[in-house]
Amino acid sequence: MVVMKNKPSVTLIVLFMLLTAVGWINIFSTVYQSKDFTMDSAYGMQLIWIASLWLIAIFVFVIGKGFYYHFAAYIYLIFTVLLVVVFFIGVEHAGAKSWLGIGRFGIQPAEFAKYGTCLLVSRYISSYYCDLSKWKHVWRVGIIILIPVGFILLQNDTGSALPFFFLVFALFREGLTPWILIFGFALIFLFVLLIYFPQWIIITAVTILFIMILIHWYRKKKPRIFRTWIVYIAAVIYIFSADIVYHKVLQDYQRQRIDLLFGKIDDPRGIGYNVNQAKIAIGSGDIFGKGWGKGTQTKLNFVPEQSTDFIFCTIGEEYGFIGTTTVILLYILFIGMIIRLSEKSKDTFTRCYGYCIASIFFAHTTINIGMTIGLMPVIGIPLPFISYGGSSLWAFTIMLFTFINLEAKVNRRRTEN
Amino acid sequence: MKTYDKRKWWIWTVFGLVALIYLVRLFSLQVLEPQWTDKAAANALRYIAEIPPRGLIFDRNGIKLVDNEISYDLMVVPRNIRSLDTSELCNILGIDTAEFNNRLQKAKRYSTYAPSLFAKRLSPQTYSFLTERLYRFSGFYIYPRTVRKYYTDAAAHSLGYIAEVNHTDMEKDDYYTAGDYTGRSGIEKSYETVLRGEKGQRIILVDNLGREQGRYFDGLYDKSAVPGKNLWASIDKNLQEYGEQLMQGKRGSIVAIEPATGEILCLVTSPSYAPSLLVGSERSRNYMSLHHDSVNKPLLNRALIAMYPPGSTFKLVNALIFQQAGIVNEHTLYGCQMGFAYGNRKLGCHNHPSPLNVTASVQHSCNAWYCRGLVAMLENRKHYKSTREAYADWHKRVLKLGFGQKFNSDLPYEIAGIIPAADYYDKAYGVNRWRATSIISIAIGQGEICATPVQLANLAAIIANRGYYYSPHLIHSITHKDSLNNGFTLRKYVDIDEVYFPQVIEGMERAVIAGTARRASVPGIRVAAKTGTAENPPRKDHSLLVCFAPVDNPRIAISIIVENGGFGATWAAPIASLIMERYLNDSVVRKDLELQIMNGKITYW
Ligand SMILES: [Zn+2]
Repeated sequence: MVVMKNKPSVTLIVLFMLLTAVGWINIFSTVYQSKDFTMDSAYGMQLIWIASLWLIAIFVFVIGKGFYYHFAAYIYLIFTVLLVVVFFIGVEHAGAKSWLGIGRFGIQPAEFAKYGTCLLVSRYISSYYCDLSKWKHVWRVGIIILIPVGFILLQNDTGSALPFFFLVFALFREGLTPWILIFGFALIFLFVLLIYFPQWIIITAVTILFIMILIHWYRKKKPRIFRTWIVYIAAVIYIFSADIVYHKVLQDYQRQRIDLLFGKIDDPRGIGYNVNQAKIAIGSGDIFGKGWGKGTQTKLNFVPEQSTDFIFCTIGEEYGFIGTTTVILLYILFIGMIIRLSEKSKDTFTRCYGYCIASIFFAHTTINIGMTIGLMPVIGIPLPFISYGGSSLWAFTIMLFTFINLEAKVNRRRTEN
Repeated sequence: MKTYDKRKWWIWTVFGLVALIYLVRLFSLQVLEPQWTDKAAANALRYIAEIPPRGLIFDRNGIKLVDNEISYDLMVVPRNIRSLDTSELCNILGIDTAEFNNRLQKAKRYSTYAPSLFAKRLSPQTYSFLTERLYRFSGFYIYPRTVRKYYTDAAAHSLGYIAEVNHTDMEKDDYYTAGDYTGRSGIEKSYETVLRGEKGQRIILVDNLGREQGRYFDGLYDKSAVPGKNLWASIDKNLQEYGEQLMQGKRGSIVAIEPATGEILCLVTSPSYAPSLLVGSERSRNYMSLHHDSVNKPLLNRALIAMYPPGSTFKLVNALIFQQAGIVNEHTLYGCQMGFAYGNRKLGCHNHPSPLNVTASVQHSCNAWYCRGLVAMLENRKHYKSTREAYADWHKRVLKLGFGQKFNSDLPYEIAGIIPAADYYDKAYGVNRWRATSIISIAIGQGEICATPVQLANLAAIIANRGYYYSPHLIHSITHKDSLNNGFTLRKYVDIDEVYFPQVIEGMERAVIAGTARRASVPGIRVAAKTGTAENPPRKDHSLLVCFAPVDNPRIAISIIVENGGFGATWAAPIASLIMERYLNDSVVRKDLELQIMNGKITYW
């Protein structure tokens, strides 16, 4: 039995509308050339996509709340199977075989797999026996996440796999030990150090640190020597393996993108072309921007993929710092609102699911915007609700309206418990 | 069961921190760092310069001297070259494959996507032949540019020439970009900013492949070119050409000035060259061959940058100064016994009546008279405390007359000449160790004194004007033929009272009638002239003359120098006579004299 606890969050729906509107205006600006408005164009298509979102949104919203809880595993399974199907009948796009579809209508199962994963992770965590402070449950959640990640990586679509790792924020909220997060940041930090410094310096530094910690333990008479040894050895192994990953496993273009990010290579006409042009476009927007349709860099094709992955450049160039700040504030409001509503929810499933999609949205905006302003390597993932393309729009809309559904309704059976 | 509600703050913190970092980064990128705007412009905007036509140059009577002519250059953009038929293009241009490859390599080294010059100044045949076939040579295009066209073979030095700008030009004036032309000498240089006009600019948008995508803001920021202004030179084309003809086979110069304005009517330097030699692609080659002609030195503008001892023409200066300084008056008589003896030396003179007053001293060009005058001035202890003080006064007065300094008008290059200051003699003889007799040769324009032909012509103009001059200049008017202000309307007074001129002028006129300058006479015109002979040991003396005419209403003041021409009367006087006749009567009736002078050659070792 499902009843309405309150109305669906108007704030979220308004933010959703604003973001899609921002997206459409900017796609229109970059693509619109002649005086004729035609539906047979990117902005025309996007208009159809945006219209179709409302059908999906209503459909997702009217379904009973319990459906998502009970069928989480099936939804997860369907999209994971689709990830496998891609291997057989997928279409290759930009070096990654990750699309299913006919003609110009296609979906990218990876986008939807995030949705399935969010649901199943939330379902598992919200089950009464789950306790993320126990490693047994952490492993199980980890496997739920890593199965789709594995398939996506096999499709050579590293970019789409990255947001899954951001689910660690949601897990942390639900009790995952902070050490995993700290450990993760430490790994990233070490990796960055490895890019800048030779391996032997890092190993020497880590060893010195290790000896100092050992001395510290001896003085405090707290013999945590064994644990420290384990961490030390793990660190050394990581340093060696990270080096191997960096030099041997990563493909050339991936390594170049990382090098580019950290300024180890400077090649504005070659590998660095995209990022350099993106920065020129955004930087030349100044405070107030050049105005709608006046962005020379985005309109004259200097910026690649101006309506999909690099659409933030159009915003930056045509609306300046005012525009970029506004968009970032919209996202802060949007993600913040999801977290706020999640926290208000008495229901673990809803709360956990809210945190999951908040993490996913956070991942996409951070990586996408970071890429255009040179704070992240070049990773081709869409900016939620703004980038051109039906597949990601659909997936994000389903994710969002599932949450609006869950948040708006109270599951009586569970409240009776 | 333990709750983790507090952990939401950690998540808020991380998300908020990321947002903050991004906003700071965007602020830096968009607000603080200005270079991105320039880079964006460099990406998408192409500034296409519109070169205005250069102003034309006319003579003082409105006869066109310099015009523009379109010349066609073949340009190449190396990366646009597709399947090129090298041998055919070589045939059309008349070059071999090696030269072709050489030029192409040079262009590629410069830039693969920017145009470079491939062949300069196509001949009309090559141009018409190539335009029909150009579509087959993608990457090549024809670029029209304007070059100067001359309607005279004379006045090369005054008109000057233009050449492509070099690095120094571009550093000095950011108006210029590579490929522009600028005046290098003469009027072209002095009036560069007037003649060049103002470049226009079209801004077009190009996409990432360099394809044109329309005009930037519909041409809002475009600027149309302002054509250069036309100039009317002070030169009289006919007189200039006539003067150059007269100077054929002789070295020297003719400077004629209109006394009433300071406008230079002709500025002849000989030998010279045809201005059309320094045009277009042959310019540098011809320039080098003129430059290396060390015997004739055709690039040397003798009228402005050669200096000569003025000889007896300088007596005019002294005659004026001695009167003004109160040393002599019209009644003062000095005797001459075939010269001026001082100490155990003697400065010779020739046979003439004695004693003489100022007028007669000019007429007979008496050396002794001026030596006595100089002694009377420098050793005058009533007026001056010392010889040095007297000399300083004399020096100041000479400078007032335009000697020993540059005019700094529009003359392309000029030198100051030499009128030594008192310090010079202090150094040469020791302080208080020199007297008038030590430097007596300055009385007759010899010794350390040197003047340029234009300074001597200006002296003639001063006397013609009875006491003032306008800086000699080459411009008549700008924009309109009859516009009045050309920047040289300041009348410069020489601090010699008008009353002292008639004596001198009368002497000059008598010299023409019955004195040293008889050959300078022009039938039917009252001429005032003074010959000079500049000693040039060990070679033959230079022949000098300054004159003006008509005496009562002077229209032309002239200085003539014929190097190694002997006495002033020998060459300079008849040339002056013909120039005056040509200018004042518009034609010359004395054809025999004209022919004799034109064909006259002085042999230079
Ligand atoms: Zn005498």
